[in-house]
Amino acid sequence: MSDVAPLLEAAVRTATPLLLAAIGESVTERSGVLNISIEGCIIAGAYAAFVVGGAFPAAGYGAAILAGAAVGMLLVVFSVWRRLDQVIVGTALTMLALGVTGTLFRARGGAVATVEATEQALVIPFLSELPLIGKALFAQPFTTYFAFAIVPLAWWWLHRTHAGLALRAVGDSHEAAEAAGIRVGLVQTGAVLFGSAMGGLAGGTLVLAQAGSFAENMSAGRGFIAIAIVALGRWKMTGVTVASLGFGLAMALQYVVQALGWRIRYELVLMIPYVLTLAALGVFGRGVAPAMLGHARPAQDGLAQHEIERAQRRLHLPPTRSSIWTVDPFGASVEITQYVAAPARNAPIRS
Amino acid sequence: MVLLSLWWLSPTGDALDVVSAFWRGSFGTTSAFFSGTLVRAIPLALIGAGLCIAFRAGVFNIGAEGQLMAGAVAATVVGLEQSFGPLQLVLAVLAGALGGAAWAGIAAVLKRKYGVLEVISTIMLNFIAANLVAYLVRGPLQEPTAVYPQTELIATSARLARFVPDSRLHLGILLAAIVCAGAWWFLKETAAGFRVRAVGASPSAAAVVGRVDVPRVTARALIVSGAFAGLAGGVEVTGVTYALYENISPGYGFSAIAVAILAGLRPNFVPLTALLFAALETGALGMQRDAGVPSVVASALEAVVILATLALGSGVLKRSLAGQAA
Repeated sequence: MSDVAPLLEAAVRTATPLLLAAIGESVTERSGVLNISIEGCIIAGAYAAFVVGGAFPAAGYGAAILAGAAVGMLLVVFSVWRRLDQVIVGTALTMLALGVTGTLFRARGGAVATVEATEQALVIPFLSELPLIGKALFAQPFTTYFAFAIVPLAWWWLHRTHAGLALRAVGDSHEAAEAAGIRVGLVQTGAVLFGSAMGGLAGGTLVLAQAGSFAENMSAGRGFIAIAIVALGRWKMTGVTVASLGFGLAMALQYVVQALGWRIRYELVLMIPYVLTLAALGVFGRGVAPAMLGHARPAQDGLAQHEIERAQRRLHLPPTRSSIWTVDPFGASVEITQYVAAPARNAPIRS
Repeated sequence: MVLLSLWWLSPTGDALDVVSAFWRGSFGTTSAFFSGTLVRAIPLALIGAGLCIAFRAGVFNIGAEGQLMAGAVAATVVGLEQSFGPLQLVLAVLAGALGGAAWAGIAAVLKRKYGVLEVISTIMLNFIAANLVAYLVRGPLQEPTAVYPQTELIATSARLARFVPDSRLHLGILLAAIVCAGAWWFLKETAAGFRVRAVGASPSAAAVVGRVDVPRVTARALIVSGAFAGLAGGVEVTGVTYALYENISPGYGFSAIAVAILAGLRPNFVPLTALLFAALETGALGMQRDAGVPSVVASALEAVVILATLALGSGVLKRSLAGQAA
């Protein structure tokens, strides 16, 4: 029993950056953009936190978020605005971020430099004394609480606000969303920036709350794992949280195996999370991805709804009526969008 | 601009120094060119040709790195045997291709049977392959003295002959040329190649108008590109390293994406772009050795080339990569 509490504590600690990145990635993917460069966002965030965070950890987190969002902005420019393939651009951006951070790190002769002090855990009195789960849940760095706080917030935003509905509509059908007056490019831009900022924060967490220093390639595939977690969690916030924790547990096993001296090869233990992911994707991951995931936004056909509406306001034309119904036949939320065409300008108006 | 940034990165701050170091590392001396650049271009060309086929079919195989390692493992296992005789080289290289195909086959099956995105599964398989190699060279396949994390050297009958004497350039370069030509012919002249291009241009049109079995074509394109990557792994083992160890690939699988993209997904241009990126990488190593510029800068440059090529891209690139992921 004495081994279980440290294992759970390590699992939650390992899961934190994964959860942060996976929440961001799932919001991005719900808007139909597959952000492969989340790995690049993490490493960029880690490096920014390393450079800035030595003096002030809070500024370090800010720098990490900005660095992640900067990588995301490149994805926006190439894949949302220029409509270039998301997978190739994302892979290239990851290579770019790994190359640039590695180059800067080596050029600064940074191998000896470390962040002065790793951020201390915020221990919550009494609750952290709970047996078994006390240390795991209530003696963690600030970002862990932040990650778990943002899960219900993100859920509420996605499912209970108009903006969230618009984002999900974009992910399910560009054309329907566009016709309903949603600015697809703008929504995707916001979704990518949010996701990549969360990726940057995940990188900052790695440096400021865990490793205490930077190492080349220290993201070590966590961004890719986050992408798998999102698929594993079926693009739902609760699923993503559970999958992150499961992954954290699988990865934390390596520390336990080392400590216990089990007769199993270390390399095989490292392999477990990835094998589990593939197996779990095979079992759970079927056919629930946002319909538009990975598809480039189609080239605009004619005027966008918002342009039409602006013209209608300027020219005092009768407004277009459009409405969205939400139906929920099988427990999965499905949006059906229907548009009522505006009457032609010189159509007879009945009174 | 690139040169400026390199100059800034150099500790000596001498731009000429950096450029001459790059030149010495890539083309400057015969040994650098034949033993460094050309040798490095071989796996890049092999993988790049396969990725052309996969990307043309709209299949995003990000897992060439893992497929290369699977191929290297298979080739090493065959190469370590002492009883195959003169055919051993052929068997080892073929085993490499089969290993890569099998590794990509996992992703293909997961996609067809269970709807798992190949982008995710091939990335996961990269990690699994890397850890598998790390395990094998410290466990079952470790050399007998159990000191170094690598296998024994493969049998001499399983080694590729030198192409240019007194250099490390091996016969794999002919194989790479043949494979690129073959891939080019396949895409351009065969019915199956036409189906690949049709699926990549528009899966729905190919299915409706051409009655193409789209899942089958994409699965096969994925497996073929895996076979090419595995072939590269087999050629690396039989032609260059003669043994399996952990870092057998310095990211060939990712550089090859840049190779295929810059070639406009046309295999006939792959040898040229492979040579270019190989020179970029060996030149970067030269800069690191002689001018102290970190060699990882090559990876950033490759990324810039990919993005620039896409942004300025030709019609073929636009059509095949018009966002048919998933």
